[in-house]
Amino acid sequence: MEPNLFKYIWRHSKRDQAAILLLVLVSLPFYFASLNLPKQIVNVGIQGKGFAGPADTQVMGKLFLPLGDVLFGHPVLLFGGLRFDQVETLLILSFAFLGLVCVNGAFKFVINTAKGRLGERMLRRLRFELSDRLLRFRLGQLRRMKGPEVATMIKDEVEPLGGFIGDAFVTPAFLGGQAITAMVFIMSQSLWLGLIAGGIVLLQALLIPRLRIPILRLGKQRQLTARQLAGRVGEVMDGAVEIHANDGSNWERAELTSRLGQIFHIRFEIYQRKFFVKFLNNFLSQLTPFIFYAGGGLLAIYGQLDIGSLVAVIAAYKDLPGPIRDLINWEQQRQDVQIKYDQVIEQFQPTDILEPAKQDPDAEVRPLDGMLSASSLTLIDDNNQRQVDGVSFELPLDRHIALVGDAISGKDHLAMLLAGLAPPSGGKVRIGEQDLQDLPEAVLGRRIGYVDPAAYLFSTSLRDNLLYGLRHRPLREAEQDGKAIEAWKAALAESLRAGNSPFHLEADWTDYEAAGCTGPDDLLARVLEVLDVVDLGEDVYRFGLNGSIDPAAQPDVAGRLLEARNALTRRLAEQSREDLVVRFDAEQYNANASLAENLLFGTPKRADYEAEALIDNALVGGALQQAGLQELLGEKGLAIARTMVEIFADLPPGHPFFEQFSFIDADDLPEFRQLVTRAEQRGVEQLPAEDRRRIKALPFRYIEARHRLGLVDDVFETRVLEARRLIAEAVRRRDPTAVEFYDAEAYNSAASILDNVLFGRLVYGQAGAEEAVGAAVRETLDELDLKPSVCAIGLDFEVGVGGKRLSATQRQKTALARALLKRPDLLVVNQATAVMDGATRARLVENVLRAREGRGVAWAIERAALAERFEQVLVLRNGRLIDNGAFDDLSGRSEDLKMLLAAD
Amino acid sequence: MSLDQEVATLKRIPLFANIDTSRLKLMAFASQRMIFKDGQALCQQGDPGDAAYIVIEGRADVLIDTADGPLKVATLSSNDIVGEIAILIDVPRTATVKAAGEVVTLKITKDLFFRMVSDFPEIAIEVMRVLAHRLEKTNEQLRAARS
Repeated sequence: MEPNLFKYIWRHSKRDQAAILLLVLVSLPFYFASLNLPKQIVNVGIQGKGFAGPADTQVMGKLFLPLGDVLFGHPVLLFGGLRFDQVETLLILSFAFLGLVCVNGAFKFVINTAKGRLGERMLRRLRFELSDRLLRFRLGQLRRMKGPEVATMIKDEVEPLGGFIGDAFVTPAFLGGQAITAMVFIMSQSLWLGLIAGGIVLLQALLIPRLRIPILRLGKQRQLTARQLAGRVGEVMDGAVEIHANDGSNWERAELTSRLGQIFHIRFEIYQRKFFVKFLNNFLSQLTPFIFYAGGGLLAIYGQLDIGSLVAVIAAYKDLPGPIRDLINWEQQRQDVQIKYDQVIEQFQPTDILEPAKQDPDAEVRPLDGMLSASSLTLIDDNNQRQVDGVSFELPLDRHIALVGDAISGKDHLAMLLAGLAPPSGGKVRIGEQDLQDLPEAVLGRRIGYVDPAAYLFSTSLRDNLLYGLRHRPLREAEQDGKAIEAWKAALAESLRAGNSPFHLEADWTDYEAAGCTGPDDLLARVLEVLDVVDLGEDVYRFGLNGSIDPAAQPDVAGRLLEARNALTRRLAEQSREDLVVRFDAEQYNANASLAENLLFGTPKRADYEAEALIDNALVGGALQQAGLQELLGEKGLAIARTMVEIFADLPPGHPFFEQFSFIDADDLPEFRQLVTRAEQRGVEQLPAEDRRRIKALPFRYIEARHRLGLVDDVFETRVLEARRLIAEAVRRRDPTAVEFYDAEAYNSAASILDNVLFGRLVYGQAGAEEAVGAAVRETLDELDLKPSVCAIGLDFEVGVGGKRLSATQRQKTALARALLKRPDLLVVNQATAVMDGATRARLVENVLRAREGRGVAWAIERAALAERFEQVLVLRNGRLIDNGAFDDLSGRSEDLKMLLAAD
Repeated sequence: MSLDQEVATLKRIPLFANIDTSRLKLMAFASQRMIFKDGQALCQQGDPGDAAYIVIEGRADVLIDTADGPLKVATLSSNDIVGEIAILIDVPRTATVKAAGEVVTLKITKDLFFRMVSDFPEIAIEVMRVLAHRLEKTNEQLRAARS
């Protein structure tokens, strides 16, 4: 990267800088005119200079041909002007002033906007370049860096550059011009005074920046400590488990305190020095007038200098300190951003970085074939340890190879070398005639699959994670309307101006062919096939059942799910198991659903309609009142409270039963005991409002079939149904978007797929109900060919940061599926099944090898016994290849393999 | 059937006869009422035991696998408890129990049972008493068989 910030800015923005400079120059005459005009308004317009009286008129706007007397020997009058009296003149001048204010404002607006845009554009370019370099770092380099520190550099540390870039050339040119003009004027009035003023300015210009050097050094330290603080905060978050498990929070507090203290001291010293420099600077600026007054005054008294010149010099000097001070400030800012720039780019200049050609998206990609060979392959790590030591072998690429060895055998490093992810310290890995190190990432990343022991998933949908291995560059333009295309074109032009990526994120990047498909339509089937290979199909089906769809976007799926709803009822009836699901019926109280569900008879779409919030919902409260339920609610609530107080009384607080079963928290139980006594004496309705609310809130979660307190009788049911009707009416009228009501004939977009198909509640207390209904749902969906649609919805599952919403096993399976989906010529698996249990791992190895029949696999495997399933086994010890052969052969003669097998 | 009725049923079972009503109510509340249809198995011989069942209504057959197929050795009816051995000591189910007609039970999971026993010692004492009775009875039968 360009080490000099100025050159960097100039190279990428000279045209814009020149344009802004030009704009500034054009704006100056207007500016000076606006300075002069008020004087004219006062003198001519108001005081009537040149007018004999109110009735007198003057000619204004006489226009002569420029250079007329040079060309023709006499002035050439183009326009004779107009006559105005004093009042007219005043108004004309005032409006001219207003006009100039507008023009000046417009200039300022345009110039500032142009400067801002220029700054942001350059900032965007710089950030992109830094990110681009980050993407070209070697993996080893990245491991030594802290994510939050890098993020701070790209985001925060370069930020001040944006503000500076717009002023980088304009300010010195402008201010310098002003200062020089003032100096020249002073010089012309009095050489001596001019020399004195110039001397002091020179002193300022030399001394002040020198004094500011330590401040800049401190600024550098401040930047580093702040960056390290960001790194430490990131570490505290990453290490949260260790901190809590080791009671390390106080140590962390002290550690952060010491860092904050360091930052404080640095900043404080900066302030001290900064304000001292400011003081000195102001002093020097005021020294000049002192000399003018004292020295100039003496000269004038003794008649060496006429008073007029002295006054003119003093007046001219007024214009000098401003620009000088601003210039010095600008210089200070320049040094400051140059340091920031140096500090940032220093981190982005490692000795070894991938050439851009290595990541050329259009590099030629041909399938790899021939022999997979390693010759004297050696890898020496940072600590000078030989992790891989002189490994040589040659095998057909389509072979299934197991790399076995103990934890320090180097099989993991060998796997990374075979995937071309680490440059070997010595020797070569070749496929056919090609050295992996010479191949661009377009070939390595598309023709070789690699699965890490701790595979990373991006915080997006499961689908995007799976297809990540198929998205290398945009292949087909996005299908968009004219407006969107225009917007994209504009965005692209702007990206290119800042040297950013020209690729359209919304375009279709998926390489269907690589996955063995023809287009989006058959991709799903292929994805599901791969998911079955890695044993993830069932999980995705379940994600799908719990997922939801927008029926407006997928009317076909919604329609068929509605069909499935009825088909499920029929199927259960055929099996005489219709009693396992109690369907929602607008005219029936559902004893297997909570009171809240029975009242709302729909899925809440807003927080104030959730079960816990209903008690405080005014609309619901009104309906309950109208249906005569308020008192019953108090009665039922009291019954629940009484039972809870009775049966949980003797349990110690914190007993798991409270959480599992009780309607009342352990902490609140004593209070409720008193509440029950009071309510029994006086009646619930006579209690204070807050107590009444607490009692009445209890029944909302009550499910008759599960809790069996016998609270739901005919009267209650009737009134609940009445309240249900009233609530529905009121919600439709006043809050139509708050609840999506159950409707046997409509798809409920707020509910999950499973709830839509069930359209009811699983009955409590029927043995094997869940399994039977689960099976019936599956059969129904299968019959209607809905399973792929449900799985497709399951693929929308958001995996969370780092895939944390999935289990470690699911994450590894996803990574394997991602690598399988792109059908690489060689699949390198680096202990990717380490987190799985033995049976799962064995099944997975079996499935993957079957799916990869006839195509290469190199698997650094955790258990030596699993190597039996591979065609070729490489036995490693301390980075050296000890044995190489078929499992049956080696298990007889290789001592190392025998030992590994015995240790399994 | 409500909680109170279940508590009344529990009261009639010797194991729980002497236990405070509020304790039984807690146990009933924390356990699940489970209905088995005709022919559905409450437990399967050889499976690990995770729960005991108290029969509230209906009848269930106790079957043991033999070389000639399942052999019915007993019939359970109201107030009978089944499966308590398997949750006390980790042994597989010693017999299959199948519902003969609809059977209403109270399912007491192993976890719930142990919590009740450890939180309320009087239940533990009752369990010991009942088991001791059974042992005594078995010894008696053994003596009778020998003589």
